[in-house]
Amino acid sequence: MWLGVDVGADIALANAMGREIIAAGLANEEFIDNATSDFAAYRSAVEPYTLTYAEEITGVPAAVIRETAHTYARADRAQICWTLGITEHHNAVDNVLAIINLALLTGHVGRYGSGLNPLRGQNNVQGSGDMGALPDRLPGFQHVENAPLREKFERAWHKRIPAKKGWNLSEMFDAMELGVLTALYVIGENPAQSEADQHRAINLLQGLEILVVQDVLMNATAAMADVVLPAAASWCESDGTVTNSERRVQRVRRALDAPPGVKDDITILCDLATRMGGDLGPPVAESIWDELRSLSPFHTGMSYERIEQLGGIQWPCYDESHPGELYLHGRLWARPVIGPRAPFHAVAYKPPAEWLDDRFPIRLTTGRRLDSFNTGVQTAGYTSPLRRRETIDLSPEDGRKLGVAEGETVRVSSRRGSVEAPVRIDSTLRPGLAFMTPHFPNEVATNELTIDATDPKSGTAEFKAAAIRIDKVEVGVAQD
Amino acid sequence: MGSESELSELQPTWQFLNPIPQGPLPTIPEPAAAPEVELIIDGRETSVPTGSTLLQATKSLGIETPTLCYLENLTPVNACRVCVVELEGSRTLVPACSRKVEAGMQVQTDSPRVRLSRRMVLEFLASSVDVSTAPELQQYMGQYAAEPERYGPSGPPALGNERDAAVPGHHVAPDGATAGTVEQPVKIDNELYIRDYSKCILCYKCVEACGEDAQNTFAIAVAGRGFDARIATEYTVPLPDSACVYCGNCIGVCPTGALMFRSEYEMREAGTWDESAQSETDTICSYCGVGCNLQLHIQDNEIVKVMSPIESGVTQGHLCIKGRFGWQFMQQPKKK
Repeated sequence: MWLGVDVGADIALANAMGREIIAAGLANEEFIDNATSDFAAYRSAVEPYTLTYAEEITGVPAAVIRETAHTYARADRAQICWTLGITEHHNAVDNVLAIINLALLTGHVGRYGSGLNPLRGQNNVQGSGDMGALPDRLPGFQHVENAPLREKFERAWHKRIPAKKGWNLSEMFDAMELGVLTALYVIGENPAQSEADQHRAINLLQGLEILVVQDVLMNATAAMADVVLPAAASWCESDGTVTNSERRVQRVRRALDAPPGVKDDITILCDLATRMGGDLGPPVAESIWDELRSLSPFHTGMSYERIEQLGGIQWPCYDESHPGELYLHGRLWARPVIGPRAPFHAVAYKPPAEWLDDRFPIRLTTGRRLDSFNTGVQTAGYTSPLRRRETIDLSPEDGRKLGVAEGETVRVSSRRGSVEAPVRIDSTLRPGLAFMTPHFPNEVATNELTIDATDPKSGTAEFKAAAIRIDKVEVGVAQD
Repeated sequence: MGSESELSELQPTWQFLNPIPQGPLPTIPEPAAAPEVELIIDGRETSVPTGSTLLQATKSLGIETPTLCYLENLTPVNACRVCVVELEGSRTLVPACSRKVEAGMQVQTDSPRVRLSRRMVLEFLASSVDVSTAPELQQYMGQYAAEPERYGPSGPPALGNERDAAVPGHHVAPDGATAGTVEQPVKIDNELYIRDYSKCILCYKCVEACGEDAQNTFAIAVAGRGFDARIATEYTVPLPDSACVYCGNCIGVCPTGALMFRSEYEMREAGTWDESAQSETDTICSYCGVGCNLQLHIQDNEIVKVMSPIESGVTQGHLCIKGRFGWQFMQQPKKK
């Protein structure tokens, strides 16, 4: 089944499914009673989400929502997988909570073949979080505001660690705006082109006192930097580990010699520390990994040798006899449940931050195409027969209404910016929905259109829902 | 918007300050153990679980069975017949790769009849196909003393797209003095990989990998009949006009080099391809979060080919266009 839910209507869909599952008597009462909390509040919160109401909001026929709910609830094993279509919204965390509620309601979590799967979009997004590249966590998801955990790291590192969590990416840009953040060190990212509302992002980056960029390639952000540190590619010019979507820690290995003068990330960071009067130890991937193992219980059992032997290990892996864990939350099926109960969270549907109106009547959502990746820094390097450069994809209905033809260049505008792009008619789009990618920012700066309305809980911007208008470009008339 | 949000403290109630306690160790529910089946292979008694193939049974005894169209991550298609074994009571030889074990089977894997059949399969293939980049097949030819030369010199190659235009039932019988050949021009229609069907033994592996066994793209199938059978896109259009998504999983499974990275093909043409100077390093793809295992083939500090180990539990040897071909950025002038 393909539901074709309206962009940004996911909570209405999930809540309606939840209401239907309860009403049909398909909720897993044993699991709810023994392993969860706050069910009563959830049940009242989803009560208004009748199938008819959800159909109005989501565009999915009531009968289809009902069938989906029943199929999911009755399945022996069921998983919900999602990507940035759920999380790049101003209410990203609420979207995820609405999905978690469904898994708790049916007991489709903590068992083989069931569960909740956020599919990661980059090869080490999971690993970055695992290693504490989050504003509130130390390596192994140990909360920085938990004093005993923090003190463990302080003892190992002989340094005081700020006892308060830091800023996420969106908060950093806000801090630049307020003039509180004046120095930025960017490793392996291209925020000048990847941030929503690109005009604002570039202005703020330009206003910094110092911008340092460490990257494999000279991307647009590096071009703005005061200092560029050329880095070896982590996946083939360095040794180390990455963690994939299934929490599997795997080895990356050095296969190529980096060009002369180019160092790997670890060496650059250790050298910098030395210049600043510190000592991070030898710049050797395995010894740093072993230090991590001594501080993060999730990783303690993962020696390089075992990672190699077992074809990667899924955390948590508490000791060298532990095989790693195929799925999480099995504790919820112990009776009595081990640890805290899993709470339901009542969440309400809220439409995308930017409403459609007469001036900006079309919903723009952004995403990737198969052969390209993010701002195209890497994928620009190879010739893909599938590549057709950037287009504004429109439904056939919208194409007719606007009087624009395939291949015709049009002006696409939002409240923040305006770009020109050729039209591509895509019959898989529903009327009112347009699609673009961030892959060719030097030709079509799609992120000049996107909105940086961010989710206060995750700091993620609403790349998936902007309001745009499309105007014909008259030949021979200068555009502003 | 940034201006609306203060840098105030966020108080998410959903965050655990404390680590989640350790639960019971996750397990995969064990399927009911299949009862063992007893059979005799080369005079040795053995038992394997119900549902095993003869190939698995021979392997469990340490007997090497040649295979060309079989691969662990594909469904057996029984196309090449090089794995045949002799089964008592069976009129014909049976393919070990797909024939399931039955109680009391008596199997010969190295009888004169088996050896003759394997030898002839290899000779038929090598007399009509260019096997110069098929190391496994060459090894089997040595093992079974195959002499493809005895079918005579190679007949004339097909010109242009003659073979693609062959109509079923219109096959022209050979004159008997020369060996029929599938030799034809190499298809070079995109930057990423070439198709040299002069080297194709019709093992179907690429079709399987493009279809239900891996990619579910169905860009290619076997067209034509008999000696005119060939791997084709729909209506034999060039790849860029076909459904191909350039995952290159067909290259990964091709046993003869008929499907080849364009980089490898061009180096071979230029005489610079040198496997003795190449090293192989396993690493992880730099793109999405699946974590596909890559095996980088390196020559002169450059990536010349990317494969994926079939043993990898993550994708069993399969990749997408980015992992297979998206590494050129490493080899451009960079880090100025």
